[in-house]
Amino acid sequence: MPNEKKTCKYMAGLCEKLDKCEHYQKFAKYRDHILSLSNDSLEKTIAIALSLCFVCAILVSIAAVALRPLQIENKALDMKKNILDVAGLLQEGTDINEAFAEQIEAKLVDVATGDYVEGDVDAYDQRKAAKDPALNIKLTTTQDLASIKTRAKIAKVYLVKEGGAVKSIILPVHGYGLWSTMYGFLALEADGQTVQSINFYDQGETPGLGAEVVNPNWRALWKGKKVYDEAGNVSLGLIKGLVDTSKPGSEFQVDGLAGATLTSVGVTNLVKYWMSQEGFAAYLAKVRTKG
Amino acid sequence: MSDTKKVLTDPLVNNNPITLQVLGICSALAVTSQMSTSLIMAVALTAVTACSSAAISSIRNHIPSSIRIIVQMTIIASLVIVVDQVLKAFVYDVSKQLSVFVGLIITNCIVMGRAEAYAMKNPPMASFIDGIGNGLGYSLILVIVAFFRELFGSGKLLGIDIFPLIKDGGWYEPNGMMLLPPSAFFIIGCIIWVFRQWKPDQNEAADFKIMDISHGEGGHH
Repeated sequence: MPNEKKTCKYMAGLCEKLDKCEHYQKFAKYRDHILSLSNDSLEKTIAIALSLCFVCAILVSIAAVALRPLQIENKALDMKKNILDVAGLLQEGTDINEAFAEQIEAKLVDVATGDYVEGDVDAYDQRKAAKDPALNIKLTTTQDLASIKTRAKIAKVYLVKEGGAVKSIILPVHGYGLWSTMYGFLALEADGQTVQSINFYDQGETPGLGAEVVNPNWRALWKGKKVYDEAGNVSLGLIKGLVDTSKPGSEFQVDGLAGATLTSVGVTNLVKYWMSQEGFAAYLAKVRTKG
Repeated sequence: MSDTKKVLTDPLVNNNPITLQVLGICSALAVTSQMSTSLIMAVALTAVTACSSAAISSIRNHIPSSIRIIVQMTIIASLVIVVDQVLKAFVYDVSKQLSVFVGLIITNCIVMGRAEAYAMKNPPMASFIDGIGNGLGYSLILVIVAFFRELFGSGKLLGIDIFPLIKDGGWYEPNGMMLLPPSAFFIIGCIIWVFRQWKPDQNEAADFKIMDISHGEGGHH
């Protein structure tokens, strides 16, 4: 094989060692034996299949392992970007890591009681926990407004701080739309009642219709809306068509997405679920009483 | 050299994988609602087709015919995973939009079609160039389709506003159908029609002739 000779020119030492190595000699002999066989023999078929799998597996593993640190970094950065975005702190040229470290504090919350819990905040992955039977609760059909089947017991919330005081609370929310589970953040002001912004960072709705949930113009409509009515019920939701701001109750309404009724229903349901007693109502009540 | 050039340029128009070979239609429907995703998809597919053709061609004399297709699939699938990992590491935003469609390059008929039709019979370098050529042919159609779909579907090109939309105070009412996959069918149909008007030798011979009724067998009254 001409290729082999070329390599030997550069790595003569290695080749010499290889040639002397007993195992390599055995391998070379077997390789030549296989290559000389007829293509349709059973032995060659099996040998080719195995060695091909071996080579491909090595290739794929190298790519996966070598690129993993970059991918994890991308993911973390992307998440921070989403959080800054929903907090209204994302401007052109912001250093994401720096802004995040300065202004945002992540906390773990026990959803049922609304109390903060101790734990490794950075390592906690709520999406993974929602799938882990030890860390989640199963929802009954009547509870499961957002069609998410299970919910993590502990949620990771983010507090935006300004001069030591909490300025806004960023809550992770998710629920099923038309095609996909939509994951996002809902940012509320410190009163736990007024919406600051909403942001869906992972969704697979129809482009141009349901996927307009990511449209900045539509998201801007959420600013200043109220979550709870006077009786404490979750009233915020999407309506069909445009909101008439002169009518009473319009502070609980957001324009529905044109041509995407089911996605709109999904968004309404996920807001209703996560703001209810099943979701963050207990936590928000505690935030409010503490001031 | 002229041979190499022919292998490279033939699939652009004369032997285009989508319009003449009618392969790879499925992903042409799925990823063409925006120019940016189409461009990345085109690059990814071109890279996979070229590399897999070269790899398959280099071991073509030793591939047992009974497991030929599986061997091709294994090589293609491995390369697709590598491409997917690279996209996730370097263009994270786009890879999020492409989601499953990168993985679906594995089942793209163009990749396997070229492996089976060309790489199994030709040396690695020629197969590599053939892969690039076919990838570019696919890219060309993808970009044309995405151009029309993004322009008329959302009034933008590469995310930049071209037609100001009515809802943003402009004059253009976007055509919602352009954002749905069937519109790509219509556009590809039109492209095939244009190509065959321009190059009449691409027309296939009719399987049967429709009989002219006035010269027919006649009928009983």
